[in-house]
Amino acid sequence: MASLVGSRVERKEDGRFLQGKGRYTADINIANQTYAIFVRSPHARAKIKGVDTSKALKSSGVVGVLTGKEIAEDKIGGLIAGWAIRSEDGSEMKVPANPPLAKDVANFVGEPIAVVFAETLDEAKEGAEKVKVDYKILKAVVDPSDAMKSEAIHDGVDKNLCYDWLLGDRKAVDEAFAKADKIIKVDLINNRLVPNAMEPRACVVDYNTASEEITLYTTSQNPHLSRLVMSAFGGVAPENKLRVVAPDVGGGFGSKINVYNEEIVCSWASKKIERPIKWVAERTESFLTDTHGRDHVTHAELAVSNDGKFLGFKNETIANLGAYARVFGTVTPTYLFGPCATGVYTIPAAYSNVKAVYTNTAPVDAYRGAGRPEATYTIERLVEKAAMELGIDKTEIRMKNFPSEFPFKQTLVHTVDSGDYVAGLEKAKQMADYSGFEARRKKSEASGKLRGIGVSSYFEACGIAPSAAVMSLGCGVGLWESAEVRFNPTGQISVFTGAHSHGQSHDTTFAQIAADELGVPMENIDVVHGDTDKGTFGMGTYGSRSLTVGGIAIVNACKKIVAKGKRVAAKMLEVNEDEIEFKDGEFVALKSNKKKTIGEIAFACYLPGQRDEMKSPIPEGDEPGLIESSFFDPANFSFPAGSHICEVEIDPDTGNVKVEKYTAVDDFGRIVNPMIVEGQVHGGIAQGIGQALHENTQYDETGQLMTASYMDYTMPRADNFPEFNLGFTCTHATSNPLGVKGCGEAGAIASPPTVMNAVIDALGGQEISMPATAEKVWKACKTLKKSNAKAA
Amino acid sequence: MKTFNYHVPKAVKEASKLASTSSAFLAGGMTTIPSLKLGLATYKDIIDIKSIKKLSGIKVSGKSVTIGATTKHAEVAASKEVQKAIPALAKLAGNIGDAQVRNRGTIGGSISNNDPSACYPSACMALNATIHTNSRKISASKFFTGMFETALKKGELVEAVEFEVPEKADYQKHPNPASRYAIIGVFVAKNKKEVNVAVTGAKSSVYIDKDLSKKLTSSFSSSSIEGIKLDHSEMNSDMHASSEYRANLVSLYAKKAVEAC
Ligand SMILES: Cc1cc2nc3c(=O)[nH]c(=O)nc-3n(C[C@H](O)[C@H](O)[C@H](O)COP(=O)(O)OP(=O)(O)OC[C@H]3O[C@@H](n4cnc5c(N)ncnc54)[C@H](O)[C@@H]3O)c2cc1C
Repeated sequence: MASLVGSRVERKEDGRFLQGKGRYTADINIANQTYAIFVRSPHARAKIKGVDTSKALKSSGVVGVLTGKEIAEDKIGGLIAGWAIRSEDGSEMKVPANPPLAKDVANFVGEPIAVVFAETLDEAKEGAEKVKVDYKILKAVVDPSDAMKSEAIHDGVDKNLCYDWLLGDRKAVDEAFAKADKIIKVDLINNRLVPNAMEPRACVVDYNTASEEITLYTTSQNPHLSRLVMSAFGGVAPENKLRVVAPDVGGGFGSKINVYNEEIVCSWASKKIERPIKWVAERTESFLTDTHGRDHVTHAELAVSNDGKFLGFKNETIANLGAYARVFGTVTPTYLFGPCATGVYTIPAAYSNVKAVYTNTAPVDAYRGAGRPEATYTIERLVEKAAMELGIDKTEIRMKNFPSEFPFKQTLVHTVDSGDYVAGLEKAKQMADYSGFEARRKKSEASGKLRGIGVSSYFEACGIAPSAAVMSLGCGVGLWESAEVRFNPTGQISVFTGAHSHGQSHDTTFAQIAADELGVPMENIDVVHGDTDKGTFGMGTYGSRSLTVGGIAIVNACKKIVAKGKRVAAKMLEVNEDEIEFKDGEFVALKSNKKKTIGEIAFACYLPGQRDEMKSPIPEGDEPGLIESSFFDPANFSFPAGSHICEVEIDPDTGNVKVEKYTAVDDFGRIVNPMIVEGQVHGGIAQGIGQALHENTQYDETGQLMTASYMDYTMPRADNFPEFNLGFTCTHATSNPLGVKGCGEAGAIASPPTVMNAVIDALGGQEISMPATAEKVWKACKTLKKSNAKAA
Repeated sequence: MKTFNYHVPKAVKEASKLASTSSAFLAGGMTTIPSLKLGLATYKDIIDIKSIKKLSGIKVSGKSVTIGATTKHAEVAASKEVQKAIPALAKLAGNIGDAQVRNRGTIGGSISNNDPSACYPSACMALNATIHTNSRKISASKFFTGMFETALKKGELVEAVEFEVPEKADYQKHPNPASRYAIIGVFVAKNKKEVNVAVTGAKSSVYIDKDLSKKLTSSFSSSSIEGIKLDHSEMNSDMHASSEYRANLVSLYAKKAVEAC
């Protein structure tokens, strides 16, 4: 049988998605449901002096109104930060309480204050308008650079500082810098992004008054984790009385990792009002309250020798957490960022120092790449600038500093098991026709345009993550993954996974790997996920972990099935177990060549009886049935890497930047489905180009979000992109049996610096911040013209 | 969204009669429906005029192109007759917003709304259009009176827009990357008697740039406006573009339009 792993199998999920048959949370309706509308703070920072619900309660159709007071009285816990990060001085991070409904102060525009339930959506809206909140407006802290100098917005959080974290050795760095020929410096802003999943967040809650069980249908990337958090920290219900279902989910990008206020409030309230509740975010609510991404202010330096060797690296970053610390909020700018900031290079000395601050803006959390795009942007801007200042070719300077062997002990934390950075960059150069660039630049110049080329080489640590490692770094849970493979007596197979697909195509990829392991057609396999009542347990999907952690759990469970199958086959074929070989779905007795298919074995496993000459097929010590589960805890992160090359053309009259060519060569180890991987890379690059050229989240000085709709927030569109030119180098990971590495985030990690390096190259080395919008670029072109005129 | 009465009149008279100070006509709904949804506007009556047959359609004579008020942007863009008579007008319609917007939005809705960054008003100004309403004819120069304001009175309905066929014309637009409305748009028309350079997006409402128009009237070539510096003191400045940038774009796109004529 041909191996399915490695082939472009069409996606099993496309049929239902393309025909509008997807079943999303908002598609779910429960008889007798009420509709929830949240009353949200219109102010970025305000004292809540009182909430008057009397008029709302009398409003037509209103079933109930609840506020921060009631939720506090019921002792329902708030939202949590999942990682405990310590400061350089050893002190614990400062985390303010984040109640699901703000009671005393509101800390960002959109923060929920109260909720109204009504018979219809319109009545709920009417009711919500009648809730009167008495605010005392306070001066908002908006700019992260000013946060430490501003009034503290949370009690007990001095200087608005969550932590002042250090990774690395300042002294060694100082010594390295003292010996350097040159110090390259950059000041960078990693612009805040709104995730913009196509499906807005939603939840439907059904409380069963008889069993006292709450069923929460929600837009989550990790339903089991949501249940755990809501139960352990929210105190909403014990875990066995809480079922969380995340059906089809229309994109997450990190914004659907957190358990949000609305899910906690509606679950708690459904029990209180004894009615089902439905809430669906409007797009404005998504803009205001989904966790945002990035938002770093960085000063970084690279010490170099004149011949282009990297000697030391410094990274001083202020990370904006927004109003509250959320699940991955505190780790994203530390352990997901700092270690990767030295990039794919051997740098003898390095440190990353991050000050995480609170501001009166939407909470910031993991967003596709989480910390690693910020890291890659930092180092790759420095490297490109170093090449420019030293007059060394930008690919050569990279090659010069790549590690010479693997495993590669990276400067700060990681030991990278495998890779071939030289091969990746060589291949990218060739595919991008790097050597032909100067001719293309001249051609552009002849038509009055500026052309630039940018490179970035990256690695990232994903496939999160080894539990021992992450828990030692402050993670509140282990990041293993579980799987269960269930053979039905008639031969169909259900594969349960704790990973969750919201665009990652698990139905297909996971079926491919299980089909190969079990030697059965893919069609016989159903991948089941997203329901805490179905799968064993799971940590969900983020950090490019589904295949490298969840997929391996499936492989291991399949191996257990095969092992049991061998024992059963041996008994049935009356040979020793070691005389049985399993191949292509058949258990073959080597000597006699008698065989049993895996389907026959499965059937037999459910028929342990004996009668007359029929004997039980179940060997002594084994149990009936053919179901196996596995919990896989990886030994290491997975380390995809690669090199991307971008060419842009700028119209100096308008400042318009056109991405002319984009080449990406990535190493994702063994590739299970090239078509799906290409899709992941396309999406990631699109998001990264969005960050580099288009997307900008702007708050005004009072903390109002200026870009709260698609009329003002620029999402990249198909016509902003050229055809992406993709290539792969596949050095298999040594840390898992499939040899796979994560591929979900790489595109978004590598592309922003690639594009910006190209823009800056076209602008003669002038620094420009993301997004490089037309007006900014136009201004830079004017400066360039002036300086060229002066030079001439 | 607040509840409202929804009317579907079959005749202009009936539509006009239903209108009040708290009503809106519903054409493409591309402005009205988002305003309702976001609670920016509330109406007692919504008067859907799409069923009034007379309001839709394109008529081309030798001297003019007349477009019915509820004719969609996509229809204007695809019209062979418009493409032949005033290609710039078809091009303008074909670059409005995105495909969804073009398949709903109408010319009557566009000019009645008079969004400062809408495209059609510039064509009306440059092509000396006459706005036909159910009670009178209004010249474009008198129709657009200010930001989101027009000369229309309560209950007055645009029935059609009549454009003069120019000798040459072109429309150039710098789209807002988010909404794809015009950051600025410049409609240059070389008419029999004069050249009109109408600008949208730059100020609170569409206007004829007298300076550019005069220079091009005396010599219709891009060199006659080369490097011209426009006064940007009255131009819009917002997070999408500063007034200075807008001024640069207006002179640049005016030049491009002349070159494309
Ligand atoms: C995302 C987006 C992008 C857009 N991009 C562009 C662009 O690039 N360029 C551009 O020019 N426009 C653009 N528009 C505007 C759009 O093309 C429509 O023309 C505009 O929204 C209004 O037209 P409508 O037919 O939808 O009117 P409606 O929304 O139905 O009505 C708008 C207003 O006009 C009034 N009205 C409608 N018809 C008449 C009539 N016959 N007589 C009197 N009053 C009337 C209504 O009472 C209402 O007040 C964009 C819109 C959107 C949503």
